[in-house]
Amino acid sequence: MRRAALLALWSHWRRHPLQLATLLAGLALATALWSAVQAINAEARASYARAAAQIGAGGLDRLEAPGGPIPLARYVALRRAGWQLSPVLEGSWRLGERRLRVAGIEPLSHPPLPAFAALAEDATALPQMIAAGGLLLAAPDLAADLATALHEMPGRPQVRASDQVPPGLVLTDIGVAARLLGRPDQIDRMLILPDQPIGLAPLSALAPDLQRLPGRAGSDTARLTDSFHLNLTAFGLLSFAVGLFIVHGTVGLAFEQRRAMIRTLRALGLPMRLLTGLMLAEVMALALLGGLVGLGLGYLVAAALLPDVAATLRGLYGAPVAGGLTLRPAWIGSGLAMALAGTLAASLHALWRAARMPILAAPGLQAWAERAARASRLQALAGLGLIAAGLGALWLIEGLIGGFALLAGLMLGAALLLPPALAALLRLGRRRARGVVAEWLWADMRAQLPGIGLALMALLLALATNIGVGTMVKSFRQTFTGWLDQRLISELYVTATDDDQGAEIARWLAPRVQAVLPIRSVDFTPGGAAAGQTVTVYGVVDDRSYRDHWPLLQTAPRAWDRVMAGEAVFINEQLARRVGIGPGDSLTLAPNWQLPIAGVYSDYGNPTGQAIVAMPSLLAHASAVPNRRFGLRLPAAEVPVLAEALRQRFDLPASALIDNAALKAQSLAIFDKTFVVTGALNLLTLGVAGFAILTSLLTLWSLRLPQIAPVWALGLTRSQLARLEIGRSLLLAALTALLALPLGLLLAWALLAVINVQAFGWQLPMALFPLDWLRLFALALLAAGLAAALPARRLYRLPPSDLLKVFANAR
Amino acid sequence: MLLEIDDVTKTYAGASRPVLRGVSLTLAAGQTLALTGESGSGKSTLLHLAGALDRFDGGEIHLSGQPLSGLDDAGRAALRRSHVALVFQQFNLIPSLSVAQNLAFHARLAGRPDRDWIARLTERLGLAELTLRYPEQLSGGQQQRVAIGRALAARPALLLADEPTGNLDETASTAVMDLMLELVRESGTALFLVTHSQAIARRLDRHLHLAGGRVV
Repeated sequence: MRRAALLALWSHWRRHPLQLATLLAGLALATALWSAVQAINAEARASYARAAAQIGAGGLDRLEAPGGPIPLARYVALRRAGWQLSPVLEGSWRLGERRLRVAGIEPLSHPPLPAFAALAEDATALPQMIAAGGLLLAAPDLAADLATALHEMPGRPQVRASDQVPPGLVLTDIGVAARLLGRPDQIDRMLILPDQPIGLAPLSALAPDLQRLPGRAGSDTARLTDSFHLNLTAFGLLSFAVGLFIVHGTVGLAFEQRRAMIRTLRALGLPMRLLTGLMLAEVMALALLGGLVGLGLGYLVAAALLPDVAATLRGLYGAPVAGGLTLRPAWIGSGLAMALAGTLAASLHALWRAARMPILAAPGLQAWAERAARASRLQALAGLGLIAAGLGALWLIEGLIGGFALLAGLMLGAALLLPPALAALLRLGRRRARGVVAEWLWADMRAQLPGIGLALMALLLALATNIGVGTMVKSFRQTFTGWLDQRLISELYVTATDDDQGAEIARWLAPRVQAVLPIRSVDFTPGGAAAGQTVTVYGVVDDRSYRDHWPLLQTAPRAWDRVMAGEAVFINEQLARRVGIGPGDSLTLAPNWQLPIAGVYSDYGNPTGQAIVAMPSLLAHASAVPNRRFGLRLPAAEVPVLAEALRQRFDLPASALIDNAALKAQSLAIFDKTFVVTGALNLLTLGVAGFAILTSLLTLWSLRLPQIAPVWALGLTRSQLARLEIGRSLLLAALTALLALPLGLLLAWALLAVINVQAFGWQLPMALFPLDWLRLFALALLAAGLAAALPARRLYRLPPSDLLKVFANAR
Repeated sequence: MLLEIDDVTKTYAGASRPVLRGVSLTLAAGQTLALTGESGSGKSTLLHLAGALDRFDGGEIHLSGQPLSGLDDAGRAALRRSHVALVFQQFNLIPSLSVAQNLAFHARLAGRPDRDWIARLTERLGLAELTLRYPEQLSGGQQQRVAIGRALAARPALLLADEPTGNLDETASTAVMDLMLELVRESGTALFLVTHSQAIARRLDRHLHLAGGRVV
């Protein structure tokens, strides 16, 4: 009995192969975009975990100096006092154009690291590491570059490739790191090892100036990038939802077309429960098939996007992410689970209706459209309810979750309101239509709404997302460009190879330029309200350039005078928002150094807290502040001559000198790279929406013929009807695009004013870009036109005998 | 002569034998003709060819003196708009238009909307109370009356009707046929009707029978 029933059910798909292909394509697309995002997230998180495992030894407590580095002698003294500690020195190191992170550890005392474990079988590795030249461990691609770059370096260290080392990191012995970083006799922190002898003098007595900080469960990078991954996940979920619209529409139509068959099967004695079970199994089998195809596509999409996402994460957060993709069983499992759950959710309504269908009710496809029209009012109410719930969520739930709840409420609510809104517009259009064909066209479009509504909802979501995200990115870019103009005030930037050369360069430059602005900073771990944050404190000299240009968002009276007198501090927006402090509050940078906050400045693209104090104050509270980078003020025309003179006088490499324009171009290039993935996902979502329209039109094809054939018989040509089909699709897409504009702008506002603040710690002004809207409008029309072209072509080429079948067959 | 069908043949693609083998007949203006025959005998095919809805393989058809074989798609559509009207068994009304709009549709397409004539037709067909309804809200008999009204509203030279009462019960069928014949005569339209029913066929001016693809 089951076999016979299954064969009967399956015969529908055999007779409607296009519908089957549509269903599978919808499922595959939904799964592909979702699983691509998940693959990217999983790869990034695995990279963070690897990085944390390599260099973090995160579970251990550590000792740090609030004012910056710790002299090596302090470590030696504590070791002599019996404390089991392991020193770590970290810093940024330039290799040509690349900026690398060097982590120096003491291999004999440091807790086991995966990269070292891999070297355990090589008896020469450890001696090589602690020998004079030393050994550098790096990821394979970096190791190759390192070997080439260091080839001519005297007493060069050996380089070994290791898959265990995160990208962009060089892992080495602390002595080698000190040499590479130019920081002899310094360490950044000491790890307090778990097994300590009994009866030791307490650390608080031996080193009262050092802070003991608890071990961290997760990595900093993972926490910092959480919001980025949440954004990607939200995008993936949106694409998934758009794909499910296709599934919902196709499954709904298939069930409506099989109503007569279902009645017949029941009349022949098949129990409804068994029939429902069989239909459920059929849908799940299709979901599994579509999901598998989607996973394959998702893997390809993820592999294509991952290099850009890795660049984004490096640019925004300095997060080390590898560009290669690994196939993970958990990813396959979760992708298939999403495909099954999504299909079930999209099919539940159709299954429920089929299960409740009385045996003897008259079959009719028209009933489908009628019911959909009746549901329109309920749908509108649900839409309004969802929008209200989103607004309520923002008010009740704080943070990113509240922000995303607002977005979800707005988007889904607006999507549900679309069909009633379009119906109202079409009614208006019909009233104003002149001529019998125009009247029919408007009326026909309205009658088609229940069938094509879901696809238009998908288009609305895709367009609104494009407008919203596009406005956000472009507003950000515009603000960022303006901010760069304010922030990059020097005409030329120079980087010395070490502090001595830095001092020499500064002396040489003094009579040759209008001002030499040293760029010196050191990391502090503040106390008070900002405890637990790492704040990079910059010292600035008193120069008009800062007072005239620095991008201050909030200021207290006499702000610059007080900061330059060493009486106050400026902090960046991220620190202000994260800690909830601003002008009027104070910041405790070190136990003996507390300053009132005189202002807050914008600092886009920087994930960490930052502060600005007068240079003398910084030097008074921190020892060994590197003095290698300088901004130079001089007439722009003199930049090339001075740069050449500097290069020759100090034998500087080309990368040590960069002019303002090049730096701005570099920053903007990084910015643009950052949003490549967003643009790609935007385009893919729009593509899925276009496909949704195509599938709707194709699946509605069998319903269209009985409506078109009488008009043809009464004297309209097939080419006229085909043109009208395309016009109908274009008009519906145009109306949808018009309605998507306010929704997109609302989305942009929510992204800029709510999500960005929560995710990145900065708020941006919103700018409008009407030309982009026009471009998107044209793109939407193109997508709708292309989607309608295939059915229209089919209609144009349809033999009259096929149209005449409409008059001969009962439908 | 309004309609001249001369030695027309037609074979459907994929079919092993022709559905029409040299059919010839004529129909004068204002005349009514019934065509009967077994299922599959080619009655509907001949009707479709006469209405310029489909193409024939051999022979010629003249409608209002115009040969159909030389017409392209647009020419055939123009001929249908201006000279021919159709009534089908399935009614084939336009579901998105109201009864009033359906009634006026063909006349407006043909560029001959005559408000008074359409109002009279509406009254005669008993549809005055139903003009704001949509096809799905009507019974079968009511839908067929709308289809007849739509066809005659354009005052066509030729009305082609394919089993117009095939979907109706006997009472509705008789009422609809009475009305159609009455209105056809009143408007001076020629009627070419395909039916299974000998009783209906007998009520028309002429009666032909189609068998094996030929008029017998």
